[in-house]
Amino acid sequence: METKAFQKIYTKVTQITKATCTLQASGIGYEEMATVNGRLAQVVKINGDNVTLQIFSGTEGIPTNAEVIFLGRPPVLKVGEELAGRFFNAYGQPIDGGPEVEGEEREIGGPSVNPVRRKQPSELIATGIAGIDLNNTLVTGQKIPFFADPDQPFNQVMAMVALRAKADKIILGGMGLTNDDYLYYKNVFDNAGALDRIISFVNTTENPPVERLLVPDMALTAAEYFAYDKKETVLVLLTDMTLYADALSIVSNRMDQIPSKDSMPGSLYSDLAKIYEKAVQFPEGGSITIIAVTTLSGGDITHAIPDNTGYITEGQLFLRRDSDIGKVIVDPFRSLSRLKQLVIGKQTRKDHPQVMNAAVRLYADASNAKTKLENGFDLTDYDVRTMNFAREYSNDLLAIDVNIDTTMMLDKAWELFGKHFSKAEVGIKQEFVDLYWPA
Amino acid sequence: MEKNKLTTGKVAGIIANLVIVDVDGPVSQNEICYINLGGVRLMAEVIKVLGTKAYTQVFESTRGLKIGESVDFMGHMLEVTLGPGILSRNFDGLQNDLDKMEGTFLKRGEYTAPINVDQEWPFTPLAKAGDSVMAGDWLGEVKENWIGHKIMVPFKFEGKYTVKSVKAGGTYKASDTIAVLTDRDGREVNVSMVQKWPVKVPIKAYTDKPRPFRLMETGVRIIDTMNPIVEGGTGFVPGPFGSGKTVLQHALSKQAEADLIIVAACGERANEVVEIFTEFPELDDPRTGRKLMERTTIIANTSNMPVAAREASVYTAMTLGEYYRSMGLKVLLLADSTSRWAQALREMSNRMEELPGPDAFPMDLPAIISSFYARAGYVYLNNGSTGSITFIGTVSPAGGNLKEPVTESTKKAARCFFALSQQRADSKRYPAVDPIDSYSKYLEYPELQEYLAENISPEWLANVLETKNLLLRGKEAYEQINILGDDGVPIDYHLRYWKSEVIDFVILQQDAFDKIDASTPIERQKDMLGKVLEVCRTGFDFESFEEVNPYFKRVINVFKQMNYSLYQSGDFKKYEAELDAIIKERKAA
Repeated sequence: METKAFQKIYTKVTQITKATCTLQASGIGYEEMATVNGRLAQVVKINGDNVTLQIFSGTEGIPTNAEVIFLGRPPVLKVGEELAGRFFNAYGQPIDGGPEVEGEEREIGGPSVNPVRRKQPSELIATGIAGIDLNNTLVTGQKIPFFADPDQPFNQVMAMVALRAKADKIILGGMGLTNDDYLYYKNVFDNAGALDRIISFVNTTENPPVERLLVPDMALTAAEYFAYDKKETVLVLLTDMTLYADALSIVSNRMDQIPSKDSMPGSLYSDLAKIYEKAVQFPEGGSITIIAVTTLSGGDITHAIPDNTGYITEGQLFLRRDSDIGKVIVDPFRSLSRLKQLVIGKQTRKDHPQVMNAAVRLYADASNAKTKLENGFDLTDYDVRTMNFAREYSNDLLAIDVNIDTTMMLDKAWELFGKHFSKAEVGIKQEFVDLYWPA
Repeated sequence: MEKNKLTTGKVAGIIANLVIVDVDGPVSQNEICYINLGGVRLMAEVIKVLGTKAYTQVFESTRGLKIGESVDFMGHMLEVTLGPGILSRNFDGLQNDLDKMEGTFLKRGEYTAPINVDQEWPFTPLAKAGDSVMAGDWLGEVKENWIGHKIMVPFKFEGKYTVKSVKAGGTYKASDTIAVLTDRDGREVNVSMVQKWPVKVPIKAYTDKPRPFRLMETGVRIIDTMNPIVEGGTGFVPGPFGSGKTVLQHALSKQAEADLIIVAACGERANEVVEIFTEFPELDDPRTGRKLMERTTIIANTSNMPVAAREASVYTAMTLGEYYRSMGLKVLLLADSTSRWAQALREMSNRMEELPGPDAFPMDLPAIISSFYARAGYVYLNNGSTGSITFIGTVSPAGGNLKEPVTESTKKAARCFFALSQQRADSKRYPAVDPIDSYSKYLEYPELQEYLAENISPEWLANVLETKNLLLRGKEAYEQINILGDDGVPIDYHLRYWKSEVIDFVILQQDAFDKIDASTPIERQKDMLGKVLEVCRTGFDFESFEEVNPYFKRVINVFKQMNYSLYQSGDFKKYEAELDAIIKERKAA
């Protein structure tokens, strides 16, 4: 960190806890940044002359005569075209061996967009994955998380979505990413030749957890620069938001706040909303779309983190291993994209909504038939056919390794309908049946 | 009330948006003050006083604020400005006009005038010189959209006044004096079209608040038929995420039989408000033929806007509602969601280090919620006319668990309970209002029972209760079938189950995205319920249980086609005849 000649250096720390230290100082702004023996810290409380600093990397080894220098500014990121293709840590410092980025300094965690200056999201994002494009279509300006168990391949799916999404910029905010996963992302983007449109802010498991709190704000400040100033389509990937929320609870615990549900801070909803609501479609063209990962413990979505997330985001995506085909699929029952109504059948073929619903309904019938079978009841001919349909539907459309465009997905669905069912059983509007029912 | 010199102070402590101020004079609880931050003034509200220290909650981010900055107290509580020009505006929680704000991003410390006081309105006097008047009495009227906007004696006026003069009909600016009143001591007071009122104090310019008794039509069958809400009634909609709270709220705001709708988007998604901004100016209000936006006012404090203003937003919305109620209008107030408001209270209580109640919510949460719901109601105004505020709030229970403090406190305050069920949402049975758990206490009101008998039909209530009972019996039969297997129960159980399914598919489920089905007038609801009950009361002959399922699927299908057809149209009658034919096939001799 740069020090300027006239900066005052304080050396009398009066109180030290696990995450904070307190000293006497005056003329300090709230949320101002400081360094304590070279470690970055931020003002979290001022009471008269007593200023409490949260030290991001922890207070281990901080002495009472530590050198404290106030930087006179909140956390900032230097923004500019040069960000593209670079890797940064949670403070926005390069970790790829490259030079410092030159550009305009922007405060992170800035103000929100006036709701009357937003545009209703309306542009479809194609990912090639039918479990998403066919059943849970994504739209620019949307915010949606994967609710996944830690052993599921959500990082792979996210990387795939990011690369296929045709975004001008992809911004990765990695929180508590294992070093292996970090290198995975780096390799995938590198191999795809996409590095020049990727910007990464990464806090790995090797870094102190509290630093993570800066990552989403850094990533979204960069995103706002490209989406608002440059009118680009920006996709922000945030993984893993559960580890972000855990860091919030660590801080609130150390600040002696009363925990609410699941030991999370009472402000969890607002804290998460502040991040997710940065997703926006600007009328002038740029957009920020957020795809996040929220890992679950044992699939429990009633835990405070996924629960609050679900109330904020516009839907959620679930991955599941389908034992019948031995592949990971996007779960058609529990996944939901709230904004799909804005584009399906409008920017895609007109039969899209009907085909989507019919296929999911038949898939549900198959799942009932399966339960019947497991309970030892006899199957009807229809039951058997739904189960055959379900297996092919799962394999040819829901599996995450499928990569086709939406029209091909619809054609495939019609092909499966024709193969296993009568027209009446499928129950789609006559005009579409006339057009698409396979001969 | 009056203070010659306003109190000032200096910032002495900062913890997030809780700022402690050293004051040099008297301050009152809930007084508004402005904190200076490098040329910007941040609005804050006093929430606790300890000696010379005033604890204030700031409605904006406090980033960069320093100790010693000056603070100016205003001598009044948080107020809204009331006057013509409020309708169809988009305000934030503090009644700033969002459309007047410059730039794409909200700048802190930017406050815009809620109404344009220079706008001219065509005024018609309603009072005349010599009239004796009191707060809330109508002095005149201006046309705001299609509403006769009453210009009233300001609510702050106490006791009796005499009208000295009222302006003749003509066009005046909102800020012009339109009447001069004299109080008992002969002092003259000028009255303009604009007045102010503190949001946390209920406006009580009415003579009587009876028990509500008039049905408020919403066009949503599961509400109107099964769990009706009344003009001036209260209701709440709890439900886990993804269960369709917002779709239901939007349906109510589009269809409800109200003169105007105030939507408080409190701590929810910005894109949902954008949906209203985008769609309502395009949609027609079937009652007036005008655009829906003309009767809609939005108070938007979305989840990323300052948390403290969330609490203010619901009070602002309620106060605007009370203002229009005093004009003799039917107001529907929707708040989505009151849980976010409660969470804002929790954050602040936490920062003040108060001892927490259940789930870390403040101890007085139930009291705060019930006194807020109590502001709704049907009233007789001073001049004998009536007005109402019907309030429906949504609740977002953590983890979908209805045994949490906000849901439980609201249950005690609201009279209608529209429980959204995850299970119904998962099986795409929308609106996912649980038919068994939900209730409307108003059905037990003799006043409403009388009203229903007179305005719908004498046997309506008995029919509704019979329907509820059939649903319950159907559910019991379904459970038995699941335990004992299809062939382990008498055929009668299958019949009972499928009759309840007919009610479910035809009456309870409704397609909010279909032009015709989205809204059902009460006359049609009465007709359809009659038809459905006719089927339910019919005895059927079946050889085996396997015949029951496909038969009733046909019945349901024809009923659904009826729901999708224009009422009493050729198609509708064709399906009706088809239905009768199907019923005859299996009718027991």
